[in-house]
Amino acid sequence: MEVNPELLFQGKIDAEVKIEPRDWMPPAYRKTLIRQISQHAHSEIVGMLPEGNWITRAPSLRRKAALLAKVQDEAGHGLYLYAACETLGVDRETLLNELHSGKAKYSSIFNYPTLTWADMGAIGWLVDGAAIMNQVPLCRASYGPYARAMVRVCKEESFHQRQGYEIMMTLTKGTEAQKRMAQDALDRWWWPSLMMFGPSDTDSPNSAQSMKWKIKRFSNDELRQRFVDYTVPQAEFIGLRVPDADLRWNEERQHYDFGAIDWEEFQQVLSGNGPCNRERLQARVDAHEQGAWVREAATAYAQKHQRQTV
Amino acid sequence: MWPLWEVFIRSKQGLDHKHVGSLHAADAQMAIEAARDVYTRRMEGVSIWVVESKYIHASNPDDSAAFFDPANDKVYRHPTFYQVPDEIEHM
Amino acid sequence: MNPLLDYTLRLADNSLILGHRLSEWCGHGPILEQDIAMTNLALDLIGQSRSLYQYAAEIEGQGRSEDDLAYLRDGWDFRNVQLTELPNGDFGRTVMRQFLYDAYEQPFLEALSQSRDERLAAIAAKSLKEATYHLRWSSEWVIRLGDGTEESHRRVQTALNELWPYCGELTRPNATDITLLTEGIAPDLDIVAAAWQKKITEVLEEATLRQPETRPARKGGKDGVHTEHLGYILAEMQFLQRTYPGAQW
Repeated sequence: MEVNPELLFQGKIDAEVKIEPRDWMPPAYRKTLIRQISQHAHSEIVGMLPEGNWITRAPSLRRKAALLAKVQDEAGHGLYLYAACETLGVDRETLLNELHSGKAKYSSIFNYPTLTWADMGAIGWLVDGAAIMNQVPLCRASYGPYARAMVRVCKEESFHQRQGYEIMMTLTKGTEAQKRMAQDALDRWWWPSLMMFGPSDTDSPNSAQSMKWKIKRFSNDELRQRFVDYTVPQAEFIGLRVPDADLRWNEERQHYDFGAIDWEEFQQVLSGNGPCNRERLQARVDAHEQGAWVREAATAYAQKHQRQTV
Repeated sequence: MWPLWEVFIRSKQGLDHKHVGSLHAADAQMAIEAARDVYTRRMEGVSIWVVESKYIHASNPDDSAAFFDPANDKVYRHPTFYQVPDEIEHM
Repeated sequence: MNPLLDYTLRLADNSLILGHRLSEWCGHGPILEQDIAMTNLALDLIGQSRSLYQYAAEIEGQGRSEDDLAYLRDGWDFRNVQLTELPNGDFGRTVMRQFLYDAYEQPFLEALSQSRDERLAAIAAKSLKEATYHLRWSSEWVIRLGDGTEESHRRVQTALNELWPYCGELTRPNATDITLLTEGIAPDLDIVAAAWQKKITEVLEEATLRQPETRPARKGGKDGVHTEHLGYILAEMQFLQRTYPGAQW
């Protein structure tokens, strides 16, 4: 009897059996994974830029080392994720070309500018906080190489959020100017952070299929709600005000109610009209193009010397 | 783009090298150093192996029934298959 | 100034300024793997500078912190050799600058780890492991680029020609070096210079590069005389500390 491979596949997923690179998988599953993992990889390396901005201006040697190590981790995470994507049959060069040509997307949050030192705090605390919330469930994603990459990412990520919160806390205990800096950063990063969880469930066409395939475990809105519930008390603890007039605790729901997200703004930034889209992409293209001669030279050297040793 | 390499790391003396991921490098030397820089930043390793990915030969998942199921009923390979009186210790 | 303080500050400044330059690469490397590698070098150097500034602050005994020393001194107080402050240029130039420095730093730290000053000896012994790896990384890259393509050969040869004048200062003693040598604290730079030259000859030959014939004449960093580049590094690095005096970060 001929068994439908799609049913067999879904059976494995339902039984929490991981899918490995050479296993049969529906073409759409492969395509969804490639899109999601590569977007995630791109986000990591584009995400190096807004923070990289402040490495040379970090206000103490301890902060400089921590920030440098954090941005380096992001390079590492991009690398793990590109590698996971390569197990699906797409090489890194192809993925980079898609990023550089503007065809591939990355997280919109990195198209916002980092204007003050407090932005290093806000990014670590909010952006990494939101990222962790998204990423922890991905450690159980059905595709083995992706799940394993995410385990590594989450393990390393744990210091990032603490690092950011510590920066914020230090600022809120500091001078008037420092307190203002911290509040200003929260004001600018709060809404973009909420947008990081993606469109509302009702407008998220791929979500249901991804949940069925166990690439995704929680809906966008569930994760967003959890983020708000965790983060609001953290803000209050250090005396910062969340910039949302509609924010209040709902005793009945046992969750915070919060205001409407400006999805028009989200769409604008996503489609390339954010404050830094052009600069971010250009920086990546420049690095790649200016590195071309280096990559070629190393290849030429390796070929020459391989020939000699044979 | 430089070739892809698979990285295996011994996390401490006495353990096997374990596959940890992959990376791109122009030659073996560069691959080992990149593996050190990428995969042992938090003291994860004491020894590194790298092998160019194209040299890995893998079993085919379609054969897995023929390959691995036959081991299922070879219980005689496991110690619990054999009866030893309770009075006997250290065995 | 107390020679030991002057000397310790120089070592700290060398590490910080070179580490700072390398950190500028973070996010802009030619390939992810090497971006990560360069950041590792930067982190090692910044880590070394912190140990050295902490020791310098103790020697000085005025209650200043590592950050006061890094962030609140002006250019003429900095004692780093000029080579470390030169701009990154392209990857080949950064690699060449790193190699010229590492080829000095490795034998230098090896000698300093025998210093009669126990703190410097301990810091040197720890840093030596890092420097040994740095030298390996930068030598291999000089060889790959020198013996790679025509373009890469041309680029690193140009970098070598332009950086060469700044190499002499590494091993040319100033008054502080001489004082501390007699006290058994500072290594004999003639010995370091011989090791440096040996390594340079060996690596350049394998890289098919030509050692410039001019005598490397530039100097002054050890005595606080710098190139125009240092001022910009400090303006950027120190801006927050200067704009918000006394704030904690």
